[in-house]
Amino acid sequence: MLDLAWLMLALPLLGVFLNLFVTGRMSERGIGWLASAVVGLALLVAVGAFLALLKLPPQQRHIELNVYTWIASGSLSAGFGLLVDQLSIIMALVVTGVGFIIHVYSIGYMHGDPGFRRYFVYLNLFIFSMLILVLANNFLLLFVGWEGVGLCSYLLIGFWYERKSAADAGKKAFIVNRVGDFGFLLAIFLIFALFGSLDFTTVFSKAPQLVQSGVVSGAAITAITLLLFVGATGKSAQLPLYVWLPDAMEGPTPVSALIHAATMVTAGVYMVVRTSALFALAPLSLTVVAGIGLATAFFAATMGLVQTDIKRVLAYSTVSQLGYMFLACGVGAFTAAIFHLMTHAFFKSLLFLGSGSVIHALGGEQDLRRMGGLFSKLRTTGITFWIGALAIAGIFPFAGFFSKDEILWETLQESLFLWAVAAFTAFLTALYMFRLIYLTFHGPSRVSAERAAHIHESPKVMTRPLVVLAVLSILGGFVGLPLIQGGNLFKSFLEPVLARAPLAHGAAAAEAGHAAIGFELFMMIVSLAIAVAGLVMARRFFLQRPELAQRAAEVNAWLYRLLCGKYFVDEAYDLLVVRPVKQLGTILWRGFDVLVIDGIANGAADLIRGASGALRRLQTGYVKSYAVTMVLGAMLLVLYFVMR
Amino acid sequence: MSFTVPLSWYLVLSAIVFSIGVAGVLLRRNALVIFMCIEIMLSGVNLSFIAFSRFLHSMSGQIFFFFVMTVAAAEVAVGLAIILTIFRSRESVDVDEVNLLRG
Amino acid sequence: MFVILAVILVGASLMVVAQRNPVYSALFLILAFLGLAGQFVLLQAQIIAVLQVLVYAGAIMVLFLFVVMLLNVRDRQAPEAKLRWQKLFGLILTIILFGLVAVTVAGEVRLGPQGEFTPQRLAELGNAQVFGKLLFTDFLFLFEATSVLLLVAMIGAMVLARRRPLGASSPPPAASSRAD
Repeated sequence: MLDLAWLMLALPLLGVFLNLFVTGRMSERGIGWLASAVVGLALLVAVGAFLALLKLPPQQRHIELNVYTWIASGSLSAGFGLLVDQLSIIMALVVTGVGFIIHVYSIGYMHGDPGFRRYFVYLNLFIFSMLILVLANNFLLLFVGWEGVGLCSYLLIGFWYERKSAADAGKKAFIVNRVGDFGFLLAIFLIFALFGSLDFTTVFSKAPQLVQSGVVSGAAITAITLLLFVGATGKSAQLPLYVWLPDAMEGPTPVSALIHAATMVTAGVYMVVRTSALFALAPLSLTVVAGIGLATAFFAATMGLVQTDIKRVLAYSTVSQLGYMFLACGVGAFTAAIFHLMTHAFFKSLLFLGSGSVIHALGGEQDLRRMGGLFSKLRTTGITFWIGALAIAGIFPFAGFFSKDEILWETLQESLFLWAVAAFTAFLTALYMFRLIYLTFHGPSRVSAERAAHIHESPKVMTRPLVVLAVLSILGGFVGLPLIQGGNLFKSFLEPVLARAPLAHGAAAAEAGHAAIGFELFMMIVSLAIAVAGLVMARRFFLQRPELAQRAAEVNAWLYRLLCGKYFVDEAYDLLVVRPVKQLGTILWRGFDVLVIDGIANGAADLIRGASGALRRLQTGYVKSYAVTMVLGAMLLVLYFVMR
Repeated sequence: MSFTVPLSWYLVLSAIVFSIGVAGVLLRRNALVIFMCIEIMLSGVNLSFIAFSRFLHSMSGQIFFFFVMTVAAAEVAVGLAIILTIFRSRESVDVDEVNLLRG
Repeated sequence: MFVILAVILVGASLMVVAQRNPVYSALFLILAFLGLAGQFVLLQAQIIAVLQVLVYAGAIMVLFLFVVMLLNVRDRQAPEAKLRWQKLFGLILTIILFGLVAVTVAGEVRLGPQGEFTPQRLAELGNAQVFGKLLFTDFLFLFEATSVLLLVAMIGAMVLARRRPLGASSPPPAASSRAD
């Protein structure tokens, strides 16, 4: 089964080509199911590979498949090789699993759209690129997948390209991502320069020795990891490059669920975890990662509090949760990061698909202020949405509780301050999520009259995926049970791939771990209490006494304005980056372009006009004279050879 | 058999044929005949290819003949098509009357 | 044998140039090609001789004759002073060229390193086999490239020879290319 891992890649690619060239006359239904089927089959392959991997002893769970040598130039050799190990198989499972569910959902959601076929081509292409990203066995191939998902993201954000805002959002996402990719690319160059190889296995096994022997300085490793992290901030929407993600909500909602919540944006986290062997050698970088992650989590949560667009709330929540994952990476808890990545994929795609169902029911309405009281009409959507919200808020026994608690616990062992901010952010998370729920599903209806008449539950093809994801959101956490010895299956499965950070709590914490089981339990109750507090507060503010929220906004008017304006980061970027670049462009155009470039062009044209006037006489138009000239030329050549 | 015929005879023959072709191209005005003369020139060259191939004990010359022949076939097809179009528009295949490109 | 074939070749070639009627020219050209094929047989290149007869004397010349008959043109008599002078000039040029080439090749030719295909070996293996083997191994890429070339030529010829250019609305080519 493991030898067939390449099928995972081949199947979505097959879907792309079939839908691109063959199924031109097929019905919508056929196209949609075909696209879903290839992803479903890829999922089966992934499950098979996973089971096969489980059978192997833990030390051997590392299989590399070299499909072919892609570039071999000098000492650079980059193969098209796949790496199947614990980390990549979990990512592949998440990508194909959530991907499959969202494909099915899309059949209902995109029903009747003129770009139906195009949509599924992009979606399959995305799955293909994402799988390349997670299964690559070297940095270069990883980068290929990295760029591929970026392209698909751009195409899908701007899917409704007739809308200017959608086209702009697509461009914004692409350009902001470029900044990050630049860092990533520099990191790849540096890695090649220092290690002479781009293969993960080689680089990671060489790195510790090279650093110890002083061949590669610690500063170089720090530079590499920081550059890698720059790439990660772009793709995973972290400070300061997060601005594209909220705008990316212009794309179709299933796309937001798949790309901008569950999979692509987690590529940065995956990359950091994959290169954990390098990060472990650079304590400074880890601190930076933790800091940026925490700051992002906090600021995004505050911004999520005041958004009025249902999808934007979820977008900021995604940014915030990604911040959590980086925080986990930063404190050296890489398993916790991947654990949270997985559970987040479940409940965030559930929430997005649920919001899509709401939007679908309301005929395109996305404004929270014109919703409310929908629970009785959209029962399946409502219940599953509740489950998703409980999961993200971290309430027992839903999936988010386990993963978030693990992150908080690991953070606490690192520093009290980090923990305090992270815990407060968890409170904010609960607050904005339940605000969203109460405004959407409960309280008085604020839906406009003509829309209210059309409210209907979505078709089965859309609600079934919601149910599946809801079940996953409930059960997903139990693979990583804390406290019980050997209960954390997830952690023990992943552990062998990851480097343990040489931080203080490495060995010491393991020792103290058993002693402090009571303490850990206590902290779990604390984090649960925090989440419940958020829920209660949201209920009070947004359901029972809406005027309280109003008052709070008025009392802290400047804060409210700041949050509504999203800290005016977009405006600042406009002022500091976009305008100067535009001005530079104008200067270049006025000064350089007109005088120098045009001058050269016109001068060249004048020169040629003069020369051609003289040469024109040679063109008699008679074939004979041309022939004679040719013969003369031939004679000259012969003469030259004879005389030589 | 003809083993006694030295290489230079073939080369001279090849030169004669080639020159006849050149003369035809220069003297005749009928585009069709000019085309035929070009074929004659190519034949002259081909002859020396094969002769060299024989005397150098190498197959390259024959392979080369093959490619020359293919190119000639392509050239004839396109060339005749062009002549056909010219004839349609001007009712003549006299190359001296085709001087649209005069500068 | 060589001399007979050579005389046929040269004579037929001369007649191609000398004939007024293009149809006769074409027929003499076939004769010249047959003579050339005979030379190839003498040179132990049987497959080449076959190709020469099939492709040149067969296919290409049929195409020529077909076009000649289709157009049905004769050389119109338009002797001008300028043309006479041109003819003379052409003739002189040709003779000079021939002289140059003949002087170059007539002497004793020093041959470079010889290849592996001696006449004996060739006779053993068979000319066609060796030729085919080489063509489909060492020269396979070039072979494929020529096939593309032929395809392009074919399409080009069809496009050029169409009565009207693609798309009935656009004007015929002659009318649009007038620019003196």
